[in-house]
Amino acid sequence: MSVPTNPLIRGLQYIKRGDENAEGWSETGARRRDWERVYHQRWQHDRIVRSTHGVNCTGSCSWKIYVKNGIITWETQQTDYPSNGPDAPEYEPRGCPRGASFSWYTYSPIRIKYPYVRGVLLEMYREAKERTGDAVEAWAQVVEDPEKARTYKQARGKGGLVRASWPEVAEMVAAAHVHTAKKYGPDRIIGFSPIPAMSMASYAGGSRFMSLIGGTIPSFYDWYADLPPSSPQIWGDQTDVPESADWWNASYLMMWGSNIPITRAPDAHFMTEARYKGQKTVVVSPDYSDHTRFADHWLPVQPGTDGALAMAMGHVILREFFVERHVPYFGSYVRKYTDLPMLVTLRRRDGADGGAYATDRFLHASDLGGEAGENAEWKTVFVDAATGEPVVPNGSMGFKYGAEGEGLWNLELGETDPLLTLLGRHDELVEVDLPRFDTGDADEGGTVMRRGVPAKKVGGHLVTTVYDLLLAQYGVGREGLPGEWPEGYDDPEPYTPAWQEEITGVDAGRCARIAREFARNAERSGGRSMIVMGAGTNHWYHSDQIYRAMLALVLLCGCQGVNGGGWAHYVGQEKVRPITGWSTVAFAFDWARPTRHMAGTSLWYLASSQWRYDTFKADEFASPLGKGRLSGKHLADCLALSARLGWQPSFPSFNRNPLDLTDEAEREGLSPQEYVVRELKEGRLRFAAEDPDAPENFPRVLTLWRSNLLGSSSKGHEFFLKHLLGVPDAAVRADESPEAMRPEEVEWREAPEGKLDLLTTIDFRKNGSSLFSDVVLPTATWYEKHDISSTDMHPFVHPFNPAITPPWEAKSDWDIFNYIAESFSGLARKHLGVRRDLVAAPLMHDTPDDLAQPSGRVLDWKKGECEPVPGKTMPKLIVIERDYGAVAEKMKALGPAVEEVGIQAKGNVWKPHEEVEYLRGRNGVVRGGVGDGRPQLRSAEQVCETILALSGTTNGRLSVEGFKEMERRTGVKLSDLSEERGEELITFADITTQPRKVIVSPEWSGTESRTRRYSPFTINVDRSVPWRTLTGRQQFYVDHEWMLEYGEGLPAYRPPMRMAKHTGDIRSGEEGRAEVVLKYLTPHSKWSIHSEFQDNLRMLTLFRGGPTMWMSDRDAEKIGVKDNDWIEAFNRNGVVAARAVVSHRIPEGTTIMYHSQDRHLNVPKTELTGKRGGTENSLTKIFVKPTHMIGGYAQLSYFFNYYGPTGSQRDELTVIRKRESEVVY
Amino acid sequence: MLVKAQVAMVMNLDKCIGCHTCSVTCKNVWTNRQGTEYQWWNNVETKPGMGYPKLYEDQERWKGGWTLDRRGRLKLKAGGKIKKLLSIFFNPDLPELDDYYEPWTYDYETLTKAPPGDDQPVAQPISQVSSDPLDLKWGPNWDDDLAGGTTTARFDPNIRGDLEESVRFEYEKVFMMYLPRICEHCLNPSCVASCPSGAMYKREEDGIVLVDQEQCRGWRYCVSGCPYKKVYFNWETGKAEKCTLCYPRIEMGQPTICSETCVGRLRYLGLILYDADRVQEAASTPDERDLLAAQRSVFLDPNDPEVREQARRDGVPEDWLEAARRSPIYPLAVEWGVALPLHPEYRTLPMVWYVPPLSPVMGFVEGEGSEADPDDVFPAIDELRIPIEYLANLLSAGDKEVIRAVLKRLAAMRGYMREKNLSGVGAEEIADSVGMSPRALEDMYRLLAIAKYDERY
Repeated sequence: MSVPTNPLIRGLQYIKRGDENAEGWSETGARRRDWERVYHQRWQHDRIVRSTHGVNCTGSCSWKIYVKNGIITWETQQTDYPSNGPDAPEYEPRGCPRGASFSWYTYSPIRIKYPYVRGVLLEMYREAKERTGDAVEAWAQVVEDPEKARTYKQARGKGGLVRASWPEVAEMVAAAHVHTAKKYGPDRIIGFSPIPAMSMASYAGGSRFMSLIGGTIPSFYDWYADLPPSSPQIWGDQTDVPESADWWNASYLMMWGSNIPITRAPDAHFMTEARYKGQKTVVVSPDYSDHTRFADHWLPVQPGTDGALAMAMGHVILREFFVERHVPYFGSYVRKYTDLPMLVTLRRRDGADGGAYATDRFLHASDLGGEAGENAEWKTVFVDAATGEPVVPNGSMGFKYGAEGEGLWNLELGETDPLLTLLGRHDELVEVDLPRFDTGDADEGGTVMRRGVPAKKVGGHLVTTVYDLLLAQYGVGREGLPGEWPEGYDDPEPYTPAWQEEITGVDAGRCARIAREFARNAERSGGRSMIVMGAGTNHWYHSDQIYRAMLALVLLCGCQGVNGGGWAHYVGQEKVRPITGWSTVAFAFDWARPTRHMAGTSLWYLASSQWRYDTFKADEFASPLGKGRLSGKHLADCLALSARLGWQPSFPSFNRNPLDLTDEAEREGLSPQEYVVRELKEGRLRFAAEDPDAPENFPRVLTLWRSNLLGSSSKGHEFFLKHLLGVPDAAVRADESPEAMRPEEVEWREAPEGKLDLLTTIDFRKNGSSLFSDVVLPTATWYEKHDISSTDMHPFVHPFNPAITPPWEAKSDWDIFNYIAESFSGLARKHLGVRRDLVAAPLMHDTPDDLAQPSGRVLDWKKGECEPVPGKTMPKLIVIERDYGAVAEKMKALGPAVEEVGIQAKGNVWKPHEEVEYLRGRNGVVRGGVGDGRPQLRSAEQVCETILALSGTTNGRLSVEGFKEMERRTGVKLSDLSEERGEELITFADITTQPRKVIVSPEWSGTESRTRRYSPFTINVDRSVPWRTLTGRQQFYVDHEWMLEYGEGLPAYRPPMRMAKHTGDIRSGEEGRAEVVLKYLTPHSKWSIHSEFQDNLRMLTLFRGGPTMWMSDRDAEKIGVKDNDWIEAFNRNGVVAARAVVSHRIPEGTTIMYHSQDRHLNVPKTELTGKRGGTENSLTKIFVKPTHMIGGYAQLSYFFNYYGPTGSQRDELTVIRKRESEVVY
Repeated sequence: MLVKAQVAMVMNLDKCIGCHTCSVTCKNVWTNRQGTEYQWWNNVETKPGMGYPKLYEDQERWKGGWTLDRRGRLKLKAGGKIKKLLSIFFNPDLPELDDYYEPWTYDYETLTKAPPGDDQPVAQPISQVSSDPLDLKWGPNWDDDLAGGTTTARFDPNIRGDLEESVRFEYEKVFMMYLPRICEHCLNPSCVASCPSGAMYKREEDGIVLVDQEQCRGWRYCVSGCPYKKVYFNWETGKAEKCTLCYPRIEMGQPTICSETCVGRLRYLGLILYDADRVQEAASTPDERDLLAAQRSVFLDPNDPEVREQARRDGVPEDWLEAARRSPIYPLAVEWGVALPLHPEYRTLPMVWYVPPLSPVMGFVEGEGSEADPDDVFPAIDELRIPIEYLANLLSAGDKEVIRAVLKRLAAMRGYMREKNLSGVGAEEIADSVGMSPRALEDMYRLLAIAKYDERY
C-alpha cells in the first residue's frame, strides 16, 4: 500500500475550518500539526545493518538492526527472502518476540563488559607467577596444591569476581591449557559449544583451537536429547527434515511433540495458512497449548505414552490398508524403499515352552552358499515374487564399499519383484515370541506375547520377512496363522486402539479415525501426510522407540522422501547447510585429522559422576527374550565396553597421557599401535572410562562459549556442581548407589569433588555458567560481529554483520580464541614443543568402518572373545604430530590437507584445488611461518568466505563434483540435480545483500530448486539412491545383538521409565506438609530460547518476571496452592524454588517447568536447603541407554552428533509443595 | 455524501499464534522511554482473560465509549461536557497503577559485582517507580495462555449471559484464543470527544487519531473515555500518549511496525473510503446488533464510479483512490464480510477489525468417528471449542448468527480448497452453500493463505 501525503493537501488543512465533531468537544481538520515531528524524529535513524540471532532456536531469521547516533536502537525483521513462488506463502517476516527484544542486551546492566577472574584464584596465581616467573609453572603450583585448589574451587558461584586485563587472563588460561596437556594429556582439555549452525565462525574459533591442540570437543545434539537415535537406526542419517515451507504441501499434518507457535514461531504461519488450502491439522499433546489451538482434532495423550498411540495407529493402518485392502501405492513404496521384504532368520528359543521362535539377524548373501563375493555378510536378501527364489538386491551396505559394489549401490530392482509376505509361499507356519513392555507397573523388562508368521527355509535358515514380523508385532492377524491375536479394535491387546486407550487416555475411536484419515490422505495425495515431531516425544529415555512407532506410520504410507509428507523433526538448529566447508575449518581438518569428537552425554555422565547415583542396572530394561548379554552390567560398564570395542569415542581415552604413550612406544621400539595393544592386553594400560573418578582421568580444563551449560543444558545440574565443580553445598539429595547397584568393572572410588581445574565462560551476558566460572571473558553480541547462520527450517544462508564495534572490552569469539592461541603458542614453545599425540578414534560411520563388526555380534577382546585389532574390534589408533608452538599460526592459515586429502561428506571426497586458489585471491595469502603461502583465515569474514567456498550448498562447482563422485558408486544419474547452478559461488557480500537459497548438494539427502521445497530423502526416492543402512533401505528392523537384547528389533511400545519404582517414595515425609508427586515436563518456553532472553526485561515483563512452574488447578488444590504462590519442587536430584502458575489447561498429575530457567534471577533461597534454588535441571538426572552406545555396525556406527546416548530428561517425577516461610533472597 | 479515506486494519485472529512480537517491536520503537514503561500501544491478550488494563471491557465500571440517551442521541457514557468540567479535578473512572501493573526491573549488577559470599548472587525484582524490591503480582500479560485462568478467566466481561452457566474452566473444556490490540482509530472516537483541551484529533487525510503533545494538558479524560483503554498517561511528560498507527511510516508508504513484524502474517492494512456524513447516524443506530451493518454501510465501494467521483470532489487524491481499490480491507470487511469490529456496542465505530478464529474446531466428543468417512475430515462448525456466543460478545454485540456465518465461510474455503488440492477441482456446491462464488472463495484463500507482503499492505 502506498499512502503518500500530498503537502499541498496538508497545507490546505491548516487554513480550512475544521468540522465540529462529537458534541463539539473537538474538531477535525484545521489545526497546527507541527508537533507531529516528535514521532517523526523518534523514528529517524542513520543506518540499517543486516544481522541475526545465534541462539539455537532454528529460526535463523534475518533482521534489520537500526543504528542512530552510533547506538543500536531496535530491530525489525527483514522481509526480502527469495520467493517461494507465486502460489505459496513467503518466509517473510521471520522473527519472534525474543529476537525482537535482543537489542536490550547491548547496553544492559547484565552485559559482561570486561574480563573477570575469581579474586581468590587470581591472587594465588599472581603470587605464584611473581615467585616462579613462569605462567605454566605458576598455574601448576596453584592447581596441584590441594589446599589452594580447594580454596578457589569451593568459592565457585559465590561472587567475588574481579576485573583483570586481557593479556593477564589470556596468559593464565593458556598456562592452564599447556600445563594440562603436558601433565595429563590434551584430551583432558574440553571445549564445549553447541549448534554451529547458529554462528558457524564463532563455533569454529574455539573448535579450531581445540582441534589443533588435541582437545576434546563434546557433541551437543545427542546431549540435548534433540538427536533422534531413531533416525540413524532407520535411515543411517543424523537428521534431515523438510523446510517449513514444505508444510504447505502437506494435506494432512499431525503436530506431535512440537509446539510450533512457540518453538517455531517464524514458521508457524505455514501451518495456519496450509489449513486454508484444505490441510487437516491434528495435535497430540498432553496440555492444551498454543498449537492445540489450531487443531481440528486434539488427542490429549498422557505424557510419554505417545508410542502406544502410534503403535495402535500402525495397527489400524496395517489392518485396513495392507491386509484388508491392498493400496498399490503403499505396496510398491514399501517393497522398494523399506526393508519390509527382507528376510530375517528365526532362532528357536532354547527351552521355551511349545518351542516358539525369536527373531534373529537378517539373512545374508553369505548364508546362501555358493560364490558369495565381496562383503557378503553385509548384503541382505529377499524372495522374488515371480520365481520364489532368494535374491540379493543392489543397494545394501555390502555394495557401498569395495570394488565389486562400484556402480551397484542403488535401489534399482531390475526384473525382480520383492515378495512382501511369505504367506502362501511358506514352508511352515511357526509361532514367534515377541516382547511387550506395557504389562504391570513393577517391571521394565516386560513379558512375552506369542504370535505366528509364515516361514521358509532359505540357505539352511528358517526365515520370514520383516513385513510378516511387523504384522505379528502389531497384532494384525491373518487367516490360518498360529498364536494369540487380538480379536478386533476393541480387544485390549497389543497393539489395538482399545489397548492404547487404557495407556494414553485417548479415545480408541478417535485414534482409529485419525490413523485412517492419515493413511487415506496419503493414498489420495501420493504420500502428502506429515508428522511434525519434536522434544515432546523425543526427550524420553525410550525416545527411539517412540519415534520408530511414529515413523512407521509415514513409512507405511509412502510419505517419506515425498514433498509434503514424512517426518518433520524439529529440535535444535542442527543443520549447518555448508557443512563440508564449515567442518573443514572448524575442526582444522586442513591441518590434521581426526579431531577428538566426544559423545557429550557419555562425557558428562562420567565427569559429573551421575553414574554413581543410578538406581537400576542395564539388564533392567532387557527383553524377556534376551540372552542375558547385559546381565549384571552397570550403565557405566556398558560405556566402558563401548569405548573398548571402538563403538563410541571415549575421551579422555587412557589412564595415561597420549603424548607420553608415543614416547614410551618409541623407547620400547614399538609402533604406538603395537605398544598400546600390548599394554592394554597386559592390563597395564586402561581406558579412562573404566576408572572415571581417578584423578589422572578427570577432565581438567573446560571452556564454554556460545553455551550456558550450567544454566541451561546441564541435566543433573546439582551433580555437575558437586562433582565437576566442587561446589560444597550443591543440592544433590540422593544417596549413592548401594553396593549391589555398583558396576562390576568400572572402578568405584571415593567420590571426587572439584574435578575441574579451570572453568572458563565466554559470553556477553551474566548467566548461570558465568557465575560459576573461574574466568569470564566478554564476547561480542550478534550485532557486533561477522558470521553465518543457517537452519533446517528454511533453505537460506545469511549473515551476521556488526552494527557497532564490540563495546567496552568485548571481542568476537573468533578473535578471543586467536588471542588465547597466541598466548598458548608462546608458552607451549617452551613447555611442549613438538609432540606426537595418539588419538583413539571410534569406528566411523560412512567409512569402511561400517563393516567392522558383522551381524552386530558383540565380541569383547578383553574377555578373550576376539583379538584386540585397532579399527576392527577396538578403536583406531592414529598418531598426529602437534607443533604446539605453531598453533596460533595454524589458526590463521588454511592448511594444505584441504586439497591434498580433500574435503568430505557422507563418505564422498572432493579435492577443492580451484577453491584454494580462489581463496588465496579472495582472502589474501599468509606470509611466513608454517602457513606460508596458504589462504588467510585471520578474520571471521575470511572464515565465512572460506566456509562458503568449500561447500556444495554454496558453491555449485563442488556440488556437481560431489554428485559425480556419488554417481560412480551408485551408477545412477545425479549431477544434473545441481548443474543449472554449477557456475554459482555464493559470497559473504551476496548474503549481506540478501539471504541466498542454497544449492542442492550431496551433503544432504533432499533435492531442491526454485520450484521445489526441500524435503529429506527425495534424492533417495527420486533417484533410487540407497539410505546408508545395512539393507540400504529404510529399516523397520534393526538386528544388532544389543537391540535384540533390549527387545527393540522392531518398533514397540516402551512406557516412560517407572521412576517411582526406581527411586521409591521421594516425598519429604515431614509431618503436616501437603505434597503432591507429579510428572515433570520441561518443554521449551514462550519467553526464552533456552536460557537466552529469560533474563531479558522485555520477556520478563511479558510474563511473570521469574521462574514459574505450571500445574493444574486440581493438583494445586490438593496442596493448598493458589496462582502465583511460591512453591518448592524437589526430588533426589535437587530443589527448585519457583512460583506456581495454576491453570486448567494443564492435565492433572503433570507439572510443566518451561526450559530453561536459570538460577540467577528472582530465585530465593529454598526452605529445604537454605541455599539458592536451582535451575529446571536441578530436578533432572541422566540415565544413558545402552543401545545408544552401539557402534561399528552399519548405520549404528559413530559419527559426531549422529549416534550416542541422549541426555533424556522427561521421565522424571518431582514433589511439589507450598512454601510456608517468608521469601528470602 | 462526504467521502473520506482512512487507514484501517484487519487482523485475522485465526492465524494469531499469540507470540507478542508485535508488542515488543512496537515497544522498542515507540515506548521504550521513561514515563511509558507500562504503555503497551500494542498488546496481545489471551481470551478468555482479564485483558490489559484489567477488565477494560467492563464499561459499567469504566464508562468508556458512547451510549444513547433517552432520545436516542449519542452521548459519552461518562457524561457530557458539563459533567466533565464539574469533575475535572477528580475523574472517578480512571484506571490506577494496579489496574495496569507496577513496572519493574532487576538489580542486575549484583551478578557481576557481588563480593565473595556464602551463596550464589541473584538479581531481585525492583520497582521502576520506587526502586524498592517488588513482590510481583500482576503484569501486562499476566494471564497469558490461561495462566491463573482457572480463577481469573471467569471474570472476563465477555463471559456473560448463558455463557456464565455453560462455560467451565476445566481441562476437558478448555479453550483459548489471542486478541492483539492497538488503538482502533475509530470513526467516532470517544477519546477525542472526551478531551477538554481539544488536544486530540483525527487526522483529516487518513483518520489516524493523535494526541497533540503540545496541546495536551494531562486531564486524562481520554484515558477513561476510550473504552479500549488505548490512551495512556505519560507520567514523565504529564501528557497522554497513544498508538499513532506509525504515521511516520504510513506517510512513507510503509506498514505499521506491528503489521510488518507480525510473524503470523495476520495483519492487513489499507485505505478504506467512507461517508463521513453518515458516521453519526451509524453510531446512533438504536439496536446494538445493527451497529455492524450500520458501520459497513458507511464504508464505500472503492470501485463504484459514483463514489470515486465524489471522492475526487472531496479532495481525495487519485493515488489514494487507487490505494483504496487495492486495499485488502474492503473485501475482508464488506465484500466477503469475514472481518468484524471489536465491541461494536461501544459505538465508536472502530477501524481495526478482526476475522474470528475458526480454530480450534473440535469438540470433545468421546467415541466419535471410528466409523466416520475418512475423506470427510473437518468437524462441523457447531463442534467449536470456543463457544460461538463468546465470539459474538466480542465481535458482534452478541449476534451469534453473524459469527456462525463468518465461520461457515472460512470452513467452506477449507473444504473447497481441500478438494481442489486433492482432486484438482474445488466443489462448487460448497461455495454455493455459503453464498459465495468459487472465484470469491479462491480470492479469499489467496488473500488469507498466500498473503504476499504487497497484498497484505
